[in-house]
Amino acid sequence: MSVPQIEIQIIACIVAVACAIPGVFLVLRRMSLISDAISHSILLGIVIGFFITQDLNSPLLIIMAGLVGAVTVVLVEMIQKTKLVKEDTAIGLVFPALFSIAVILIATNANDIHLDLDSVLVGELAFAPFNRMYIGGVDYGPKAVWTMGSIMLLSIILLLLFYKELKITSFDVGLSTALGFSPVIIHYSLMSVSSITVVGAFDAVGAILVVALMIVPAATAYLLTSDLRKMLWLSIVFGLMSAIGGYWLANILDASISGSMATVLGVIFMITYLVAPANGYIANLVKERRQKKEVKLLTFLLHIHSLDDNNDEGEREVDHLYYHFKWNEKEAKTILNLASDNGLIILKGSLIYLTDKGTKFSESAIDYIVTNREDKLEGIKRDFLLFRG
Amino acid sequence: MLEFFELLLSDYTFRIIALGTAALGAISGMLGSFAVLRKQSLLGDAISHAALPGIVMAFILFQAKDSYVLLAGALCSGVLGSLLVNGIVRKSKIKTDAALGIVLSVFFGFGMLLLTYVQKKPDAAQAGLDKYLFGQAATLMLNDVKLLIVVLGIALAILFIFWKELKVMIFDEDYALTLGINTRFLDVLITIFIVLAIVLGLQTVGVVLMSAMLLAPAAAARQWTNNLGKMLIIASVIGACSGVVGTAISATQPNLSTGPVIVIVAITFVLFSFLFAPTRGIISRQLKIQKNKKELLLKKSIAVVYSFMVNNEELVEGVEKNKLLKLRDIDEQVIKLLYEKKWIKYIDSQIVALTEEGRDIAEKIELI
Repeated sequence: MSVPQIEIQIIACIVAVACAIPGVFLVLRRMSLISDAISHSILLGIVIGFFITQDLNSPLLIIMAGLVGAVTVVLVEMIQKTKLVKEDTAIGLVFPALFSIAVILIATNANDIHLDLDSVLVGELAFAPFNRMYIGGVDYGPKAVWTMGSIMLLSIILLLLFYKELKITSFDVGLSTALGFSPVIIHYSLMSVSSITVVGAFDAVGAILVVALMIVPAATAYLLTSDLRKMLWLSIVFGLMSAIGGYWLANILDASISGSMATVLGVIFMITYLVAPANGYIANLVKERRQKKEVKLLTFLLHIHSLDDNNDEGEREVDHLYYHFKWNEKEAKTILNLASDNGLIILKGSLIYLTDKGTKFSESAIDYIVTNREDKLEGIKRDFLLFRG
Repeated sequence: MLEFFELLLSDYTFRIIALGTAALGAISGMLGSFAVLRKQSLLGDAISHAALPGIVMAFILFQAKDSYVLLAGALCSGVLGSLLVNGIVRKSKIKTDAALGIVLSVFFGFGMLLLTYVQKKPDAAQAGLDKYLFGQAATLMLNDVKLLIVVLGIALAILFIFWKELKVMIFDEDYALTLGINTRFLDVLITIFIVLAIVLGLQTVGVVLMSAMLLAPAAAARQWTNNLGKMLIIASVIGACSGVVGTAISATQPNLSTGPVIVIVAITFVLFSFLFAPTRGIISRQLKIQKNKKELLLKKSIAVVYSFMVNNEELVEGVEKNKLLKLRDIDEQVIKLLYEKKWIKYIDSQIVALTEEGRDIAEKIELI
């Protein structure tokens, strides 16, 4: 690995961590798309900053961008307060307006301005190492390391200082107000940190990847855990994975680094979405199938339970199940097997009888149905069923 | 203004572009209304970004720069993106906002990956990322306009056929299900048309601004009416007007790109509607609050006058104005307003009494 290669990966990792931290809270507070809005509207700040200084490297550009980011949040909230449109509509109106103004400003002054719009939106990490920090003629490494490094440190320090407050305001606004934390202050601090992070990061990786790095790791972590601490760690890990993996993918394909980082994030998300143990797509499918089977088992047992001891012999016939429940042979067999494996029924010839355990199970199930306490059914199942559906 | 009409009649290119942006505005206004009412405002943003990998894929697979092939690719990945958003929200605990953000950024990132990969191959011409990101209305051709108008027609026909079902579904999806309406089918149908509108708009206004084209006319129209049919019509008209006016403004200056100007015009419509719409608008709401405040003050005053007169029984027939003026909150102005409301009457120039109506109102307030 050459020095620039290592430097690119370091920058990518720093950006990923800096984005992941505020991202977790944005996802939890259902404000993910604020990052999208900010990342587009800051273009206006950059253009205004450029008009004032006529210098693309002036820090004023970043300050103006941060200001416009804050203005975006305030405007969105002002529109929301009028209650004339829904929350997401407000976001969707504000950032295109600011973005349009920026594009028009650039276009009408095309002669004096050489802002490359593509690079603002798309960014190119590969160039980041060449933008270096010199103090008194001494090379202190890439600028992006310093800017994003300080933003990352700021995020981490604020996170450690206000962890409790962030946690409570994210999950229970009412409680946090009652406890004396101001959700408003926390909200605006979070918005400012997000805004600063977006402004700092888009220069290196472009607006769209900022959105990816903020939202995707956090959402992926959210699929795996409900514990805030774990969620923060996991999203940092996913961010780092995408930084390193994305860099090498781009290296192999000779393609855009930010694009491949986003792609890696997408792959990580898709895999997690499919196979996450508790909430994944496959786990849900299995759960659904099991529940379907168990409902059938329950109706079957209740039916047998309702039969009189002396009469109704015909109803106890195994073959009758096909007719009565409109089950096919295979379905009937799985349910019968499930019931007898659990020792709930006993077959006398081709007649079905409930065992004592089966009777007890049916009775508690009826109890449940009468009282309708949903939490109880799972408990009953756990008590009686050794083999689940 | 005159200049504009002259231009409209004389300049062929301008006529085509104006017609195209108007048709695009009408389509996106109409379909955008559904997105806004179904709380999917930002779906447009996600889909327009999600179209990029489809465009590049189509370019790779067919080596064609023919815009219809690229459009088909955009349509495919747009539909895939919107289905994914739906699937993620339905089958996991991730909320809509995060699902939209994921699809938006990952699809776009993947598109970038493909694009940069393709561009490095020697035979590949630049697939024109600029044009796609920011749109170029100037490249609209007669055929594009025809396509837009055909799509508009089909969308209208579908609206007419499924009007009742769509209406029920928008306002109460559960109720629609109990009526036996196939909401899944309608959902997919509407989504496909929204994607189609977005994909057609990309060429004209670009990725970032297409979502505003979808939202702004609908958000403006929503302020003027509570009736779905009227809202669709108003949204289409606002969309079409934004298209034509935006095109006209951008034609006046050489460097003004059409897409952003159209969006600014559309957002101006939104601001205007927010402020001036009757009943929902901010100004009319403020006026109503003012009016209610005044009404409340007068009612309080009449109650004060009434209880004063009842407590001093000899005054029931009439009381000197001077005595009333000593009461709390009552001055000449209030008395004049009460007289204008016909809640009090003058028996002679200095003695006032309650009218029938005034007594009724005061008694009602006393009861409370």
